[in-house]
Amino acid sequence: MNATVETPLDDRPEGSDGIDQMGHFVTGELDLSHGVALYLEDITVSFDGFKALNNLNLEINAGELRCIIGPNGAGKTTMMDVITGKTRPDSGKAFFGQTIDLTRLTEPEIAHVGIGRKFQKPTIFEQHTVFENLELAMKTDKRVWKSLMAWLSGDERDSISDTLKLIRLNGEADRPAGLLSHGQKQWLEIGMLLMQEPKLLLLDEPVAGMTDDETMRTAELFVSLAGKHSLVVVEHDMAFVEKLGGLVTVLHEGSVLAEGDLATVQNDQRVIEVYLGR
Amino acid sequence: MRKPFIIRLLSALDSKQWLALGIFLAFALIAVPILHLAVPEDSAFHFSTYMITLIGKIMCYALVAVAMDLIWGYGGILSLGHGLFFALGGYAFGMYLMRQIGRDGSYQSDLPDFMVFLDWKELPWFWVGSDHIGWAAFLVVAVPALVAFVFGYFAFRSRIKGVYFSIITQALTYAAMLLFFRNETGFGGNNGFTDFKRILGFPITSSEMRLVLFGLTAIMLAVTLVFSAWLVKSKFGRVLTAIRDAESRVMFIGYNPLWYKLTIWVISAVLCGIAGALYVPLVGIINPSEMSPANSIEIAIWVAVGGRGTLIGPIIGAFVVNLAKSWFTVSFPEYWLFFLGLLFIVVTLMLPQGLVGLWKKVMKKEGAAA
Repeated sequence: MNATVETPLDDRPEGSDGIDQMGHFVTGELDLSHGVALYLEDITVSFDGFKALNNLNLEINAGELRCIIGPNGAGKTTMMDVITGKTRPDSGKAFFGQTIDLTRLTEPEIAHVGIGRKFQKPTIFEQHTVFENLELAMKTDKRVWKSLMAWLSGDERDSISDTLKLIRLNGEADRPAGLLSHGQKQWLEIGMLLMQEPKLLLLDEPVAGMTDDETMRTAELFVSLAGKHSLVVVEHDMAFVEKLGGLVTVLHEGSVLAEGDLATVQNDQRVIEVYLGR
Repeated sequence: MRKPFIIRLLSALDSKQWLALGIFLAFALIAVPILHLAVPEDSAFHFSTYMITLIGKIMCYALVAVAMDLIWGYGGILSLGHGLFFALGGYAFGMYLMRQIGRDGSYQSDLPDFMVFLDWKELPWFWVGSDHIGWAAFLVVAVPALVAFVFGYFAFRSRIKGVYFSIITQALTYAAMLLFFRNETGFGGNNGFTDFKRILGFPITSSEMRLVLFGLTAIMLAVTLVFSAWLVKSKFGRVLTAIRDAESRVMFIGYNPLWYKLTIWVISAVLCGIAGALYVPLVGIINPSEMSPANSIEIAIWVAVGGRGTLIGPIIGAFVVNLAKSWFTVSFPEYWLFFLGLLFIVVTLMLPQGLVGLWKKVMKKEGAAA
């Protein structure tokens, strides 16, 4: 199988994207009973011979906050592509909980089972208002007919306004999202992720372009989310990583180079070599 | 399900828009018949047969333009093959009109003239039932819907986008045109269908029948406009524009764009088919040239000129371009295509929001000045 081709897997009945809608999901319900939220084993992805991921092994526990660091081209974004179904691995296993095989699901299906992703570049709906951005992201039945007939209930409005307060955009609810500052866009995207009520959040450079103050507030938010959610944060900003605490995984040339708390990792000779060059 | 559907439909337009729609319908359903039938032909206020056919035809085009706006303006998918769906609807209803000729054709046969000419002895299987207007109406909707569904399913599932999609739709309508040009296909070859006599037994060229067709077209245009306004204001419409602006984000929040694109694509094709079915009895002919690539490109120009993503803009665009066309092709026939090309360039470079965008800009400036 060639991983560089985005295999169309959309040819299933529309309702199959979501375990709560059909009940007979091929890979079963999300099962976190063994304490593992995400399990990657020997994942290899190559693009025209270049191995973006090379026998990558990674385990994220339920409720854990993990930071992933590594130089450019280490495979951080490709790893997120594999987890969210954008890229199919050439070999290896990717499981969400005990039962859900991520390599067999499409992007929307993976979103439905409870994985949310924030892109490196803030990706929001610029023409829609801030409120509408959150409304579209909200966890609900996302099939065509339901969208045609959708009408926001009071509870749903409350949940949107709670999120608006949390991401400090309640004054901007009716503004087009394209008019927000870069940092506000990042927060809006995080808010959209939260509206999905995911079990696992993948955050690709979430504080890029934020002021120091915003960065610290984001760190506090993430720390408060851990426990209820599992978080995987890719970041270059070491002050931010330090503030988050938790384990740090260093990726290099598509596999794990080192793992441990920040201080241990920073003193690891191999990590220093990778970052500073020989 | 907080509000009944009919209330949501009513709130799709504001009171000013409902008023404008009412005036339009009053004009089409009351004023035009009076001006045509009761006002003497030599009066300056007489609404001539020529005008009924011209305006009726342009209303069909306007319907196509609204359909195009749904898929292009809101869905961000540029189809350069919408002429195909228009023609399919036209042919489906044309079959019924051919059967209504009965034995009044030049060969006095039960078969349509072109079949006698080809020495066919009986109707091909796909003509069975075409003498019933109900079956014809069903085909008008079902054939464009089926073609659009099958084509759209494979195109969208393979994630074909942008200019690639446009080129394939262009090839699709061109291939269909070549197919319909063949006599063996069973749709009258390059002559298509013409010389219609009746609908439901009533003569098709009478003033009354023209007025009925004109009125039906006006009603269909109004209904389509209200339906489309509701559609784009629903959550479905917001997801659709979200797919247009950031498709990957839409996927990662759990929507499958395939079904959203396919839904609007099929709706758009069906609206084109209905427009085609209204167009054929009005103008009295349908032939494969309706599927020519240039025709489909012209549809996109109407929408661009009027203003994408505004619903009313494409209607204005269809009227402006086609009124200009009917004037040009009489006064300076050889310059029409140059003018059309120039119009498209000017609109693309200077009026990206079309005439509606220009109007909004002017109003804003006046508002600021006052």
